[in-house]
Amino acid sequence: MVHSQPSQVSRRDVLKGAATLVVTLGMAGELSVALAAGPAARPAPTADQLDSWIAVHADGNVTAFFGKIDGGQGLDVAVAQMVAEELDLAVARVQVVMGDTARTVNQGGASGSTGVQKGGVTLRNVAAEARRVLVELAGLRMGVPPEQLTVSDGVVGLPGDAVKRLSYGQILGNHPFDRQLDWNGKLGNDLVAKGKAVPKRPDQYQVVGQPVPRRDVAAKVFARAEYVTDVKLPGMLHGRMIRPPAAGAMPQAVDESSIRAIKGARLVWKNGFLGVVAPREWDAIRAAQMLAVTWSTPQPPFPDQPSLYDHIRRAPVVKRQVEAEKGNVEAAMAGAARVIEAEYEWPFQSHASMGPACAVADVREGGATVWTGSQKPHYARDGVAAILGLPPEKVHGIWVLGPGSYGRNDAGDAAIDAALLSQAVGRPVRLQGMRHEGHAWDPKGPASVHRIRAGLDQQGKIVSYRFESKGLSRIDINSHESHPSDSLAGHLMGLPLQPHQGFGVPQEAYDFPNRLMAWETIPPLLDRASPLRTSHLRDPVGPQIHFAAESFIDELAAATGSDAVEFRLRHLSAPRDVAVVKAAAERAGWQTRPSASRRDEHGETAAGRGIAYVRRSGTIVAVVAEVEVDRQSGKVWAKRFVVAHDCGLIINPDGLRLAIEGNIVQGTSRALWEQVNFQPDRVTSVDWDTYPILDISETPQTVDIVLINRPEIAPSGAGEPSMRPVAAAIGNAIFDATGVRLRRVPFTPQQIKAVWA
Amino acid sequence: MTERIVLHVDGKSHAIAVDDPEMPLLYALRDHLGLANPHFGCGLGQCGACTVHLDGVAVRSCSTPVSAARHARITTLAGLGTPEHPHPLQTAFAEEQVPQCGYCINGWIMTAAALLKETPHPSEAEIKEGLSGLKCRCGTHLAILRAIKRVAQQA
Ligand code: FES
Ligand code: FES
Repeated sequence: MVHSQPSQVSRRDVLKGAATLVVTLGMAGELSVALAAGPAARPAPTADQLDSWIAVHADGNVTAFFGKIDGGQGLDVAVAQMVAEELDLAVARVQVVMGDTARTVNQGGASGSTGVQKGGVTLRNVAAEARRVLVELAGLRMGVPPEQLTVSDGVVGLPGDAVKRLSYGQILGNHPFDRQLDWNGKLGNDLVAKGKAVPKRPDQYQVVGQPVPRRDVAAKVFARAEYVTDVKLPGMLHGRMIRPPAAGAMPQAVDESSIRAIKGARLVWKNGFLGVVAPREWDAIRAAQMLAVTWSTPQPPFPDQPSLYDHIRRAPVVKRQVEAEKGNVEAAMAGAARVIEAEYEWPFQSHASMGPACAVADVREGGATVWTGSQKPHYARDGVAAILGLPPEKVHGIWVLGPGSYGRNDAGDAAIDAALLSQAVGRPVRLQGMRHEGHAWDPKGPASVHRIRAGLDQQGKIVSYRFESKGLSRIDINSHESHPSDSLAGHLMGLPLQPHQGFGVPQEAYDFPNRLMAWETIPPLLDRASPLRTSHLRDPVGPQIHFAAESFIDELAAATGSDAVEFRLRHLSAPRDVAVVKAAAERAGWQTRPSASRRDEHGETAAGRGIAYVRRSGTIVAVVAEVEVDRQSGKVWAKRFVVAHDCGLIINPDGLRLAIEGNIVQGTSRALWEQVNFQPDRVTSVDWDTYPILDISETPQTVDIVLINRPEIAPSGAGEPSMRPVAAAIGNAIFDATGVRLRRVPFTPQQIKAVWA
Repeated sequence: MTERIVLHVDGKSHAIAVDDPEMPLLYALRDHLGLANPHFGCGLGQCGACTVHLDGVAVRSCSTPVSAARHARITTLAGLGTPEHPHPLQTAFAEEQVPQCGYCINGWIMTAAALLKETPHPSEAEIKEGLSGLKCRCGTHLAILRAIKRVAQQA
């Protein structure tokens, strides 16, 4: 399990958290703000009612209420297709409402590439049930047994009878279904609801599988899309937070007179929570810059960056988890003809979303509304409720597209910060971070070290395999912000970090007779408000562990003089995995030969190719990368990729291709450039100059995608899986080009120059 | 010290009262005029999310003082074209389904529009050079280049 949802936080836990928070603040004597006046939010829809999921309008069009969100990967269209399919309705007539806590059930938000795999499946079930009920009602009205009726674009009719026809609008328009559903009682990703109807068989699909265009695109290119940054409310103030200059520093004294010259600027200060508001946004920014604060000077909490990986190796183990164990690894290792071992290192990485997070909050007495770009708006609502000391049903969370989201980024903190600012000043507050907050203060993807050993027999087959990761947990703070101890504001007001423990091991299908796969986490570097606190970043720990695992397989292939594709196939028998690896190699025109056996020792650039293969929760991906490495500068151009991708049934091939392209580019960026730099007391990657990402001039020339559609297999996720093989494929291609094995990401020119002469 | 500044934005003139003439144009557009575009990405001239045209030249409004825009014709993405009268780049970006989050879009379309005005048929290398430095965190680089090349190849 690489991406398990940490245990569901119950409503009771949230309330307990709120109580703790109030006590803490009460003791500090700082929380003096009474709740402002305001109406209560509507109660949330419940999973057991068909009406919570589907509404039929007078014109027969349908709205589906989806408890996840789409950040631009086309999930809403895929869901519309699944719903339209079951309802036998044109897809254009299905509207999808997402991520509003008053209108959608909590399906976990965007999480773990489960949008179609899990979220969509419930929508399919409920759409099938809606169709069944509509046909049943039509049958009653027409006096025809429902099994004799057919549906065509939302019109129920008796074949061959021009009179016996009723549209969905005529049957139910604007009225409730009032039907009960079965559901499994699990809110979040794992929620499953269904009625009596059995959804269609894949061979009956007409809408699913079609390249239906995305719906959000036109608004975006014509500047008509509304982002959370664009939400405006009457009387709204603009807020800015003031982050500590050094990690762990607390404000000791604040001189409010330093911002007196700025019209309407006000200070909000509770313990370490420090912000300003002003009627004009530029004034809030100036006030944040001008505010005179005396900070404490704590012990620098971080290791020297160059010794990060040694720190990880030496640090005590908080949790060790063996995820897979088969046979007797050590005995087989002892009997092996040859044992090979290597270690790989991955740095902290930042979401570095395109814009720093923004949220708008309107906190009134007894209730609040928060507009958030968090990809898990129901949990953001819970977090806001907990920090305000309100029951969750008194807070209305409204998801509005944010400036990029690849997991638990800074949006989760912004929602809670905005709510506290609004509560303190009694006005609606729009809060946006500054660039350094997007880079330095977002939760980070964890740094890690991976040690792998393999025993090979005389024939060069792997007989024993041991994979162990050691690193920061992938969830110092939870992957969502439902509890204040998982937020910066909570920490700054006195709640200590309650680190969750999680990492992961590679998911692949190699037939190693003896294997052990384990991970270990180390303590967080700082126990609260750490700019290096970790949480989920797209494909949490997937890039790390598969960089290690798939580089190592390549090392074994090279050590045995084998071709990298042939060597993998030698250890694979699962038919889908074999097909994916073969498809990638074939499309790439892969030449069978050991890697690094055809190096050009003299040209200006050295060219090479590499492959990596992975699984993720049912999805199988193989990537072939072709690179050119500049001999002078050491710079790598990842020139061409071939991606073979099997995620079971494909809902929308165009959307899928675009999502894969995005992963390949972001994955390349992370492999070649990305590393959060820090000093012992602060993060020094604070903007795009100090945290470079892949430039447009470095774009691959081609990304060639082979989609393997398996209609008979339930759809698995596609939002993230193609991210995880990228670094290994590039690293393996660099080895082929140069003969140099890189075991540390990022593959910067400096790193390459240092080892490749 | 409030100063009155007239801005000509997307064919309309607006008078605004400004306390700080050094205030970036971005805040005049977003906050004083209430336009949803352009976006704040970095405030440092490093990403392009705030790009507008001043007299047809692409500038980063986050690092252009409002006072410097006083007499210029300011065009935002909303003024570049509309669904009824789209700029060819908007058509191409829509057809290629370029944006994921789309927060970066001003940078790409506005910079490319200025580039194509200077050089109507740029080579791939010229496109990449002209756009270098703009950011897209979602990684839509390939689709961006496809869309711009589509327009660059039109007669
Ligand atoms: S916001 Fe202006 S360049 Fe980034
Ligand atoms: S589409 Fe999200 S940053 Fe470009």
